[in-house]
Amino acid sequence: MSDTAAPPPRRRRWMLYAPLGLAAAAGAGFWVMLRGLQTGEYDPRGVPSALLGRAPPEFSLPPVEPANLPALSSADLRGPLPSPIVVNFWASWCVPCIVEHPQLMRLSREGVPVFGVNYKDRPADGAAFLQRHGNPFAKLGRDEPGRVAIDWGVYGVPETYLLDRQGLIRWRFAGPITPEILERDLRPLLRRHA
Amino acid sequence: MIPELGHFALALACVLALVQSVVPVVGAARRDVRWMGTAGPLAAGQLVAVAVAFGCLLWAFAVNDTTVSNVVANSHSAKPMIYKLSGAWGNHEGSMVLWVLILALCGGSVAAFGRDLPTALKARVIGVLGWVAAGFLLFIIFTSNPFDRIWPPPPDGQGLNPVLQDIGLALHPPMLYLGYVGYAVTFAFAVAALLEGRVDAAWGRWVRPWSLVAWSFLTLGISLGSWWAYYELGWGGYWFWDPVENASLLPWLVGTALLHSAIVVEKRDALKIWTVLLAIMAFAMSLLGTFLVRSGVLNSVHAFANDPTRGAVILALLMIYVAGAFALFAWRAPRLAPTGIFAPVSREGALVVNNLLLCSIAAVVLAGTLWPMFADILTGAKISVGPPFFNMATAPLAIPLVLAMPIGAMLPWKRGDVWGAMQRLWWAACLSLGIGFLYLAALGYPVWPAIGMALAAWLIIGAAADIADRVALFRRPAQAWQRAKGLPRAAWGAAVAHAGMGVTIAGVAGMGVATDTLVALKPGESARLAGYEWRLEHITDVQGPNFTARRAVVTVMRDGATVTVLSPERRTFQVDRQTTTEAAIHTNAMRDLYAVLGEERDGAGVLRLHNNPLAPWIWFGSIIMALGGGLSLSDRRMRVAAPAPKGATAPA
Repeated sequence: MSDTAAPPPRRRRWMLYAPLGLAAAAGAGFWVMLRGLQTGEYDPRGVPSALLGRAPPEFSLPPVEPANLPALSSADLRGPLPSPIVVNFWASWCVPCIVEHPQLMRLSREGVPVFGVNYKDRPADGAAFLQRHGNPFAKLGRDEPGRVAIDWGVYGVPETYLLDRQGLIRWRFAGPITPEILERDLRPLLRRHA
Repeated sequence: MIPELGHFALALACVLALVQSVVPVVGAARRDVRWMGTAGPLAAGQLVAVAVAFGCLLWAFAVNDTTVSNVVANSHSAKPMIYKLSGAWGNHEGSMVLWVLILALCGGSVAAFGRDLPTALKARVIGVLGWVAAGFLLFIIFTSNPFDRIWPPPPDGQGLNPVLQDIGLALHPPMLYLGYVGYAVTFAFAVAALLEGRVDAAWGRWVRPWSLVAWSFLTLGISLGSWWAYYELGWGGYWFWDPVENASLLPWLVGTALLHSAIVVEKRDALKIWTVLLAIMAFAMSLLGTFLVRSGVLNSVHAFANDPTRGAVILALLMIYVAGAFALFAWRAPRLAPTGIFAPVSREGALVVNNLLLCSIAAVVLAGTLWPMFADILTGAKISVGPPFFNMATAPLAIPLVLAMPIGAMLPWKRGDVWGAMQRLWWAACLSLGIGFLYLAALGYPVWPAIGMALAAWLIIGAAADIADRVALFRRPAQAWQRAKGLPRAAWGAAVAHAGMGVTIAGVAGMGVATDTLVALKPGESARLAGYEWRLEHITDVQGPNFTARRAVVTVMRDGATVTVLSPERRTFQVDRQTTTEAAIHTNAMRDLYAVLGEERDGAGVLRLHNNPLAPWIWFGSIIMALGGGLSLSDRRMRVAAPAPKGATAPA
């Protein structure tokens, strides 16, 4: 009986091609990504190459009011600076941020200026996080819309940047700063740019 | 010698798969019974060959054969035997062999248990499984040979990622693969139906058990992965909306939709085109997950060995199978006209709603996972899509879905009325609202967790109300037991699975009010969290079989009485100098007390303490869901042949 049934009206036939079209578009996109991986044009973990060795984009963020910390803007990152600066994007809802928090605390105790950007977070939650886990940040900006993070090319939180004394971005790490990353990558860079 | 035997067995399996992908399908097209009859023996032969290859691989790992480069890269003689064996599939090459082994197992089962299948359909299904197997066997042999030799052999292996030395992770991939590959079978049924130009009740009856098997294993696999992340990563969370996690959730969402729409095909001969599309999509999502994880195109907290060349081959396979099936779908689907008619408010209608909502959730998760990658190549912008997006976008879809679950299960086929169902559910609705408000009031007004708790209660009580209604518990209590025994297992399975979902949601709602703290304690000092006193006794050195560790002993007390002693560890593995945290977890089924040892300084240890109410329910619920699937699978109807459709061998 299904063999003799009339096909659906012509105007709806095109819908049956929609899955094929979507799959083809996705396939083409994936192919471009794979090509880009080999040529280095596409790197899911990498910093946009335009930013390495450059000053960070212009921005001016409001403070996280309940935290009572000075706000952060690009003027604070402009060289010459007395020492290299660590800029950390974090959020209270981000679990890996809890993991890396002791390392940031350690850096700030050792006198390394650590500046924070509270990403897509409610001010009260962000402040409560610092209240509970301690505050490593000398300055803290609130990026609730995530707009500044987009300009920086932040892939996700936590993400950390190192700026040298000229205020140029030298290093970027997506993911939690574990004790190993701190010792292996960040400390040598801090020493080199001191 | 043994590795060469394994390599040869793989090549043999590949040849058999190639024959299997041509002869039965051509036979079905020409209606040649002998050609179609080769399907079963070929599938059995392929199964034997792949099993031999997998056995050889296990043997190479078991004896730590360092002339095999895969063993050198992934194993070490100091590893316990269980992790030597699980290391065989803990790497890319081995996991692909496991993948084709499970696929061959499925093909063999279709051949063995499919005696009642119409011959042509069976030949086509096994033929399509042959296409899939051939593609992946060629992929293994040409790009990821697990038996490659290395000479001269190094004295010992280079170990396995210590994070992966874990029983949960040893079981996680096989479970996931059983799910993924199970969808290869429903995919094969869908493609065979398109080739044949026919979808009928018998087809629906055959697709259902396979989608149930795949769904149950996938549920277990995802929950094992989440449990592993919970206790091994030591972050105290259970789901991070990480792309790799989403990749396993996508086939689950589509597969859940398939599971429900296949019922409509079987019982009502409707939703045929849609069900075929879902069957293709479920497999497409499984392959997409494999591609995303193995190719390195995405950024994930889960580390995998990535290789763009292999990614290209997997992408090619993905496009051949998925785009091929979609093209076939566009061409042939108009033939699958529906015959069953139903009113919008009916069991069928409810299942359509279920399908729409599940697929919308899948679309949201898919978009959120892929958008950052596509935005990168299209506009060059690096963006991130985090948990806030996923939580915000899926909640408005998940809440109506959960609200509709008990109502849909109570609606009759063809035509129903919502008020009739609500009359039998009003007490369940009142009770769950009450539980939600109690939760709200008792815990200081956490809104979302309270909504979650009310929804969880609604699912569990709704499932109980459904069963009570079916056995007429309140109307004729005397006969209820008799009726309960007579109730089809599929009805029990559905109620149990729905209740299991409720238990999982209750666990998630409990975790919504979890608390944690980060403290630096010297031995003898204590901290307070969630009404417990956590005292650090001491931190000592411990020697393990292949690691050394620092172990803290934390006594947890409540009102002066000792509740438990927790021993979180920080392990250092000698071979590759890697450090892992071993969280210590004490559970009493109602809450987890969870401690992680961080670094030490000035004689004080940094401890992260978590109080996770109802956390174990998340995984317990998924076990109940899988049990529900198994119960449904044991229904007599699944084992009995479907009524032969009229003109089963009619030409397509």
